[in-house]
Amino acid sequence: MNTRGLRSQLKDSVPVTGMGPQVGAYGVQDTLRSGFSSVKNELLPSHVLELSEKNFQLNQDKMNFSTLRNIQGLHAPLKLQMEYRAARQIQRLPFLQSSHLALDTLKGNDESISFEDILNDPAQSEMMGEPHIMVEYKLGMM
Amino acid sequence: MALSNVVETPASGFNFENVSRNVALDGLLEGGHAKAPKPMKTGTTIAGVVCKDGVVLGADTRATSGEVVADKMCAKIHYISPNMYCCGAGTAADTEKTTDLLSSNLTIFSMTSGRNPRVVMAVNILQDMLFRYRGQIGASLILGGVDCTGNHLYTVGPYGSIDNVPYLAMGSGDLAALGILEDRFKPNMELEDAKELVRDAIHSGIMSDLGSGNNIDICVITKQGVDYIRPYQESEYKDKRQRRYKYRPGTTSILTEKIVPLELEVVQETVQRMDTA
Repeated sequence: MNTRGLRSQLKDSVPVTGMGPQVGAYGVQDTLRSGFSSVKNELLPSHVLELSEKNFQLNQDKMNFSTLRNIQGLHAPLKLQMEYRAARQIQRLPFLQSSHLALDTLKGNDESISFEDILNDPAQSEMMGEPHIMVEYKLGMM
Repeated sequence: MALSNVVETPASGFNFENVSRNVALDGLLEGGHAKAPKPMKTGTTIAGVVCKDGVVLGADTRATSGEVVADKMCAKIHYISPNMYCCGAGTAADTEKTTDLLSSNLTIFSMTSGRNPRVVMAVNILQDMLFRYRGQIGASLILGGVDCTGNHLYTVGPYGSIDNVPYLAMGSGDLAALGILEDRFKPNMELEDAKELVRDAIHSGIMSDLGSGNNIDICVITKQGVDYIRPYQESEYKDKRQRRYKYRPGTTSILTEKIVPLELEVVQETVQRMDTA
């Protein structure tokens, strides 16, 4: 059921999350870390699927939880989200590989294979982040 | 090497970083004359027919890349599960990978639940996957199989549309093949008649379409098992080139033979005991 209403179907009022200029400290773009800014690159997603893939898991969860709420009542999604929140906290520091075993089992990802398991595996990523900066980013200090 | 501009681990799945670069490069290669290489398509004729005892699938074996025949013996009928096979038309890599993923998912399902997967389950998985990617995965598939509920034949389009009919053709040669199928299809045909019908349908696709050609593969799925006949019929225009260029021993004649014995004399001999305790 589409609960977003008509306003979201207007082309220029779809909120483009994650596409805005990245603000660092002092409210301007952090040129040292993210390079020179180009307004055109940041306002429009370049590929048809870029936006929908970024938010795919969130949208699926939203849809499933709202269906579950309509069928079984408010307690069902609340209990599930509580379990997800607990399982999400079982992980290592951001620059290390965590297995997400509990979270995967809860979500049912251990019984299916999709492109997320084959392409761009984070365990084999070619770029490594600087540990201190990653921890600072995660804790919100950056 | 640790980079300081990477603040979180990259998300898995598709990566869209290079899209704007590719769009910019497309017009720049050699001043707009050279273009990026085209992906290999299977401009194809594939067909399927439901008969009394099972399902018969057929496909040609030509894969094209632009105007060049890239593969003369391409296998377009992919294995999904012991009771289901899938013919694929469209971009060759997309059909391969999609059917591979589908087959893996169904294997995991049958292992965890202990049941044989049904054809509707495979079709639903395919439909979800293809709709999620809004047709960017160019795979038109004909899925046929026999399960506990009967013999089924489904087609799945690149945008996720499905159709459940007793006879089908897809690919660039589908209109020619569909003409033959519409003319001679009868419900509950015998197996041999169904095989001949599918062969004729693929043959007309090969004759009328530039993107289809070479041999015809047939796959017969029944309750007893699967018969994958590859090739069912070879084209008369086979080329006579050898695939292996290895020469038989004795091809070059020996003119002279000279043997020089090496004389070795023992200079030193040491014995080292091995401890086998």
